[in-house]
Amino acid sequence: MDYLNTLLFGYYPYVAISVFFIGSLARYDRDQYTWRTGSSQFLRADELRLGSNLFHIGILLLFVGHFVGLLTPPAVYHALGLSTSAKQILAVVAGGVFGGVCLKGIIILIRRRLTDARIRATSSRMDIFILLLIGVQLALGLLTLPISIYHYDGANMLLLAEWAQRIVTFRSGAADQLSEIGIVFKLHLFLGQTLFLVFPFSRLVHVWSVPLGYVTRPYQVVRRR
Amino acid sequence: MTNLSGTNLDREAGSEGTRSRKGSRNIRAQIGMVLNLDKCIGCHTCSITCKNVWTSRKGVEYAWFNNVETKPGVGFPQQWENQDKWNGGWVRKINGKIEPRQGNKRQILRNIFANPDLPAIDDYYEPFDFDYQHLQNAKESKNPPTARPYSVITGERMEKIEGGPNWEEILGTEFSSRSRDTNFDNIQKDMYGEFENTFMMYLPRLCEHCLNPTCVAACPSGSIYKREEDGIVLIDQDKCRGWRMCVSACPYKKIYYNWETGKSEKCTFCYPRIEAGEPTVCSETCVGRIRYLGVLLYDADRIEAAASVENEQDLYQQQLDVFLDPFDESVIAEARAAGIPESWLTAAQQSPVYKMAIDWKIAFPLHPEFRTLPMVWYVPPLSPIQSAAENDQIGMDGDIPDVRSLRIPVQYLANLLTAGKEEPVVLGLERMLAMRAYMRSLTVDGVVNTDVLERVSLTQLQVEEMYRYMAIANYEDRFVVPTSHREYASSTFDAYGEQGGCGFSFGSGCSTGNNDTNLFGGNKKPQRSGGIPIKIPIKVEAAK
Repeated sequence: MDYLNTLLFGYYPYVAISVFFIGSLARYDRDQYTWRTGSSQFLRADELRLGSNLFHIGILLLFVGHFVGLLTPPAVYHALGLSTSAKQILAVVAGGVFGGVCLKGIIILIRRRLTDARIRATSSRMDIFILLLIGVQLALGLLTLPISIYHYDGANMLLLAEWAQRIVTFRSGAADQLSEIGIVFKLHLFLGQTLFLVFPFSRLVHVWSVPLGYVTRPYQVVRRR
Repeated sequence: MTNLSGTNLDREAGSEGTRSRKGSRNIRAQIGMVLNLDKCIGCHTCSITCKNVWTSRKGVEYAWFNNVETKPGVGFPQQWENQDKWNGGWVRKINGKIEPRQGNKRQILRNIFANPDLPAIDDYYEPFDFDYQHLQNAKESKNPPTARPYSVITGERMEKIEGGPNWEEILGTEFSSRSRDTNFDNIQKDMYGEFENTFMMYLPRLCEHCLNPTCVAACPSGSIYKREEDGIVLIDQDKCRGWRMCVSACPYKKIYYNWETGKSEKCTFCYPRIEAGEPTVCSETCVGRIRYLGVLLYDADRIEAAASVENEQDLYQQQLDVFLDPFDESVIAEARAAGIPESWLTAAQQSPVYKMAIDWKIAFPLHPEFRTLPMVWYVPPLSPIQSAAENDQIGMDGDIPDVRSLRIPVQYLANLLTAGKEEPVVLGLERMLAMRAYMRSLTVDGVVNTDVLERVSLTQLQVEEMYRYMAIANYEDRFVVPTSHREYASSTFDAYGEQGGCGFSFGSGCSTGNNDTNLFGGNKKPQRSGGIPIKIPIKVEAAK
């Protein structure tokens, strides 16, 4: 199984990240007309307001949590007075709360996408796939929580963070960190990377277009020829 | 006479009010439209030709860039005028600044995951077609086969069609429903539900191409823009991300979300035709000759102040003050310096829109209280005189009947066109009646009746021109559209740059998006004729 471990956690991350960036760039450059949120609120608003808000808020906080949690070197948070086991508890609590919010949202979204005739008819296969993928990924993430609760020492967390940091800093031995880690974590990592892989081919590209520039822009826009 | 170093126009209008000092005008030109409701017969030709040209595609079957409503009525989409419901347009805050009624930038971004003010497709109607195939494929039966409706979104049969773009045609619904029309505000409306007092008029509607558009202001992506050279408001289909804030921001509900492409679309004012000096499709095909197109010069630096005036009944006059006199020497000089071509200045002087809106003051903006400074204006309709006037009980004032005895209440028209202020509408109607009286005595009795003109402060020259423009309505008088200039539209007219180009496409450059597998989009992109295959299971009667 060593080769599989190396493939999925040593090489696959680079494949996924490369496709993520190059694919996004290519789509932005070649086919911006397809670059949109793909909102279905217009066709059926009923449950969307609650579902979409919960889902988006939850998943954004989860993303920030993962980003900071995985990529902050232990020395940094130790220097800030946060012990490894305290960080572990923080991660479990924050992940549990945000994950719960997100789960509530995505259950609503999945249900309406699959059961509402209008939404179903106007969904592409990728729309359904990406939603289910995120749903499964979220469930896996939540399943890691009971395991983590019994590891106050944060050993697992240290291994995962070490893996992520080795990957992004191009150091060898990243995959080796994960050889002893549980299957739920491995599946979660695999689907997480797959999300990056399919990102450019799905509606997820709208994440790149967070309209922050709007805040500083004047209300009116006038274009000259 | 003035320092014109500031002619390098700011790309962003309305951002600074400091330059609106006298002598530093920011002159721009816009093609505006006037619709003479007095002559609209409600034939819907404008809607149909527009539909055929622009929205006969999948995803926008329900969208009518131009539609004709029967008023009084709640309109299309339902109750679009009721901003308590939709939060479209602008509001003036206590500090005198205006912001989109659905919220300032921060609030708009906060609602980005789900827009609470977004109308749903059921507020328009579920687009449908009929199962015509069944007429040919049906098995032999006792009763003739029928073509039953099906939804073009789901492909499933619809048992009942619940609405359409013209659901209230000729007062086609009960009064209790129609009377939700907000133009009945401040009117004792119950009597208009009685047959003897009922009234109606047609209101063709399209994008207003506002001077202060809320859709532009609310677009988080900055994909909607106003063109500097002719004022046309367009959505950059490449830049639109489908945040859908524009749909709710537009108080006229004239931005439509394409559920197939996930992008918003709107009336383009037929800009490819306008650039070629031709009228829009709706104007060209209007059989009643009610539409007029012409250039207006305006001072872009005055827009923000005009839209922010405290009393909404002053908005009509404020907007009039934004426009500039195309015969004024200083205006002409500054316009030239601002780079407005000579042909546009000539067109501005011959503009039927300028004459009707500013010179004769018989055309008015639609719902100025939305504070968008709309640029499609309306001549209010005259209507039959109530029977009381014919009995000489009330209402005749010399040769002109009292406009307050007309069947359509003046207050209703004022609510529609001048934020409820009756005086301008009364003057407009009186001028039209005076024109009729003057021309009647001229052609029937051979008498020049100047008394009637004095009452409404019109000159003989003006009224004869009014007659020519409104009654005769020659093509050349109605449409004064200068062709776009090379310096304006280099990409349109520089043929060399277009060599090997793709012409008009669906926003994806040379990519037709029409291959069977689309790597990026999932579903194939919509093409004309499109339509989805009917999913209705053709029920074969089981032999029993």
